[in-house]
Amino acid sequence: MFDRMTLPSPFSEWFAARGWSPHPHQLALLTAQSRAQLLIAPTGGGKTLAGFLPSLLDLAADPRTGMHTLYVSPLKALAADIRRNLEIPVTEMGLPIRVEDRTGDTRQAARARQRRDPPHILLTTPESLALLLSYEDAPRIFAGLRRVVVDEIHALAESKRGDQLALGLSRLQALCPDLRLTGLSATVENPQALARFLAPETEILHADPGPEPDIAMLRTTASAPWAGQGGRYAAADVMAQIRAHRITLVFINTRAQAELFFRELWSLNEEALPIGLHHGSLSREARERVEAAMAEGRLRAVVCTGSLDLGIDWGDVDLVIQVGAPKNVKRLVQRIGRANHRYNAPSKALLVPANRFEIIECQTALDAVIARDLDGEPRPDGPLDVLCQHILLTACAGPFDADTLYREVRQVGPYAQLSRADFDDCLNYCATGGYALRAYDRYQRLIETDGMWRLRDPRRARALRMNIGTIVATETLKVRWRGGGGRAIGEIEESFAATLLPGDTFLIGGQVVRYEGLKEMTVQVSPDASKTPRIAAFGGTRLAMSTLLAHRVMADLNDPAALRRLPGDVQDWLATQRRISRVPCPDRLLAETFWRGERAHLCLYGFAGRNAHQTLGLLVTKRMEDAGLAPLGFVANDYALLIWGLERVADPAPLLDASGLRDGLEHWLAGNAVMKRTFKIPARVAGLIEQTLPGQRKTGRQATFSTDILYDTLRKYDPGHLMLRITRDEAMRGLVDFDRVEELLSRIGGRIDTVHAPHVTPMAAPLLLEVGRVPIKGEAEARLLDEDIAAVIAEAGLDSV
Amino acid sequence: MQTGDFQFNGATLTACADAALWWAAERVLCVSDLHLGKSERIARRGGTLLPPYDTAETLSRLRDAVQRFDPAVVICLGDSFDDLAAGEALDAEARQALTVMMAGRQWIWIEGNHDPGPVDLGGVHRDEVRHGPLTFRHIAEHDAEPGEISGHWHPKARLSTPRGRVGSSCFVVTPSRVILPAFGAYTGGLSVTHDALAPWIEGETRIILTRAPQHHIPFDRISP
Repeated sequence: MFDRMTLPSPFSEWFAARGWSPHPHQLALLTAQSRAQLLIAPTGGGKTLAGFLPSLLDLAADPRTGMHTLYVSPLKALAADIRRNLEIPVTEMGLPIRVEDRTGDTRQAARARQRRDPPHILLTTPESLALLLSYEDAPRIFAGLRRVVVDEIHALAESKRGDQLALGLSRLQALCPDLRLTGLSATVENPQALARFLAPETEILHADPGPEPDIAMLRTTASAPWAGQGGRYAAADVMAQIRAHRITLVFINTRAQAELFFRELWSLNEEALPIGLHHGSLSREARERVEAAMAEGRLRAVVCTGSLDLGIDWGDVDLVIQVGAPKNVKRLVQRIGRANHRYNAPSKALLVPANRFEIIECQTALDAVIARDLDGEPRPDGPLDVLCQHILLTACAGPFDADTLYREVRQVGPYAQLSRADFDDCLNYCATGGYALRAYDRYQRLIETDGMWRLRDPRRARALRMNIGTIVATETLKVRWRGGGGRAIGEIEESFAATLLPGDTFLIGGQVVRYEGLKEMTVQVSPDASKTPRIAAFGGTRLAMSTLLAHRVMADLNDPAALRRLPGDVQDWLATQRRISRVPCPDRLLAETFWRGERAHLCLYGFAGRNAHQTLGLLVTKRMEDAGLAPLGFVANDYALLIWGLERVADPAPLLDASGLRDGLEHWLAGNAVMKRTFKIPARVAGLIEQTLPGQRKTGRQATFSTDILYDTLRKYDPGHLMLRITRDEAMRGLVDFDRVEELLSRIGGRIDTVHAPHVTPMAAPLLLEVGRVPIKGEAEARLLDEDIAAVIAEAGLDSV
Repeated sequence: MQTGDFQFNGATLTACADAALWWAAERVLCVSDLHLGKSERIARRGGTLLPPYDTAETLSRLRDAVQRFDPAVVICLGDSFDDLAAGEALDAEARQALTVMMAGRQWIWIEGNHDPGPVDLGGVHRDEVRHGPLTFRHIAEHDAEPGEISGHWHPKARLSTPRGRVGSSCFVVTPSRVILPAFGAYTGGLSVTHDALAPWIEGETRIILTRAPQHHIPFDRISP
């Protein structure tokens, strides 16, 4: 076993000079003999140094040229941050080691040089790795590679980016058979599953979990509102906490909310404390300025979204504030860990519920953190669209043998169970499109000659490389000052831009701007003095509450001891709910009906998460329409589903019959907008459609058409097509989340309590203010459309027809 | 199928939800921008392999329109084929479908920028056609006489209503010209507020959405 004394010079002196001694888990990684290790340490546990120590020692002892260690992180910012941190010991010890990062943000000249002359340690992202592996000279670039370090592997493994990375690792292991893999993870609920993700035989190393976090609810002067997501009522109290601490991270769930909260803080920031903003819609320059200022300790607080969820090392953060319910206990634990990024110091965190219901959820989440009860959904097998992309990129690098590639991809966890039939379907799709009508025999994308598959037209490699990646971004437009030329302020989604009219104002980068118009595909804005912008509705998906948290919330609602710990106004609120109706309980479904104006409302407390409630809304309203109950629309949140229409539902039970709902899913939901939205993702990832190349858009858009058309065509003419199969699998787990509808149905087992309330109930009230109302597209909709257009025309003083 | 009638240069025309234009008095059916063979052309040029069912889908919609109206004349207003080779490459099934539709009526292929020459599919081939008060050509011309019917731009439009935004492909109707939406299955659209369309929007212009062809929407109500 190493200890500080046995670390070789100059490492022992360097550690000693800083008064540091290596943690046991850092040394454990040094002595590990296995080909793959997974190190699980809490945030701030010195994981990253642990990951690099073997490389530094090896390179110091045996200097050489070429790439020695490849480091993969989920964030560009993290790669850059690690490079800065790693350069300190390298420079101070005078080690002959070149460390460089390579991400989508790296300049073209630097990338070309890195290909010619790779650094000893290359820090990159899964997408940049996939790109490197798609070059013909990949074997030369990675020649001599000894180690791969995957940072924040718990975060990567939750998305398709992890699947893409796993396939990249399978390629790397084929190129470099002696490769050793190290995964670095925050605390997770199932270490074995994560270990399998990395490699079949992975050794798991646990670091000391550290002291209990110091975590509480923020006491606010004003009460939380009935509904709403932004938490702005608490801005003054948050500001007071920022004043009282050295550096505070304020996490908010969406970008738009972050903008609004940031603005609110600045309106209270009389001392002009340096407070920054960081989210994915800001320009790269703006994000980098905040990251650099943070790294230099020049900021007192940063308002951020998930863009800063992962491990950028800011040692002096002494408080984390989570605004809005965390929705997920594991993510909360990881965010809390950002405070006191020093080992063995307790993390301090405060929760700020955004509305009254979230007070209950936050209280429950606090209990779960203390009980170390982490949520996690079982990881599905690797998705086939990512495999399709991998096959095409493998062909870009050079001819391949199908049997060899099949064996290769089964080396990594997500594809260990991949059947040969599925692999062949993917290969066939890549080669011919995989259509029942074999129309493309002459124009195959891949052709097989002499037992090897290759690109029919090697010039296609460029377009295929342009489409690398599994994050299907909504199309965004850059925002610039009008007439300023200058750098972009940020980016907004095209769909948001389309709703803007000249003169409209919105928030971006913490300032109110006025929309002037579109010019050459950039959004032109000018400064605006007004204080109240039109809502900034760009960006960000809202995560659904985890099953674990939902179950704990329901249990707490029925636990008198838990209820007594809630603030008085929340207890009163629940008491009113109990008087007028009931409080939902775990093994029954509460269904409330009430009139509001001329609309009959039905509220179902499913506690199955937003996505599952959306699906339930689509299915139940369809059945209501069939039953003549004239539904007009619905809205969902994590707790409940609210449907309104013209007729009161006397008995909701028949609407919730399980087999009927499943039939609806098969026959009706397949044609729905939710499925079409999901279809876009595999269509892009698997290369059925290509991302528009830069410069192609200025000609106007009449040449491009929506993926909805492809989805409808496939459904009609080729219903068994691979892309539809992938879409269905993905939707069931993702936007449709039918697994949780099933979980709800089996949990309640037909036990439905129907309450016909005299008016809106306390728990249903927040839903009336919820955003994201879905109108029903049915007979009624066609009639309303007719009326709406007629109304607009009449308003213009014209007769319709 | 929903339809809407409008008066244009002395003729009563019918805009249909499937993007076809029907001139009942003369029994003329006009469709524009079929783009037959689009998926095949993209694959031939090394692009992605799109579901190869667009030609069958477009022809099936066209057959429905022909059966519904039983026209004496069918005018395909250009870009009927995604390129000339795509026209030559139509499979036997598509050719058979076209032959059946052509039987017993006059069939005119107008030349478009994608298909600037004849194809061996029967019917006659013209660069433009005059019929009574109307002139049919692929791309609108700046100095055209009133009564011009054209396609090419795949116009689409969006309208903000109290309950949300409504958008679809559309007919553009000005006092002197009509621009048809694209009829083909794999066709996108260009917003009527796009600069490229501005030179043709003059005088009192109405927009007819294919989603609700019974309404004539004033151009200034359309959202960008």
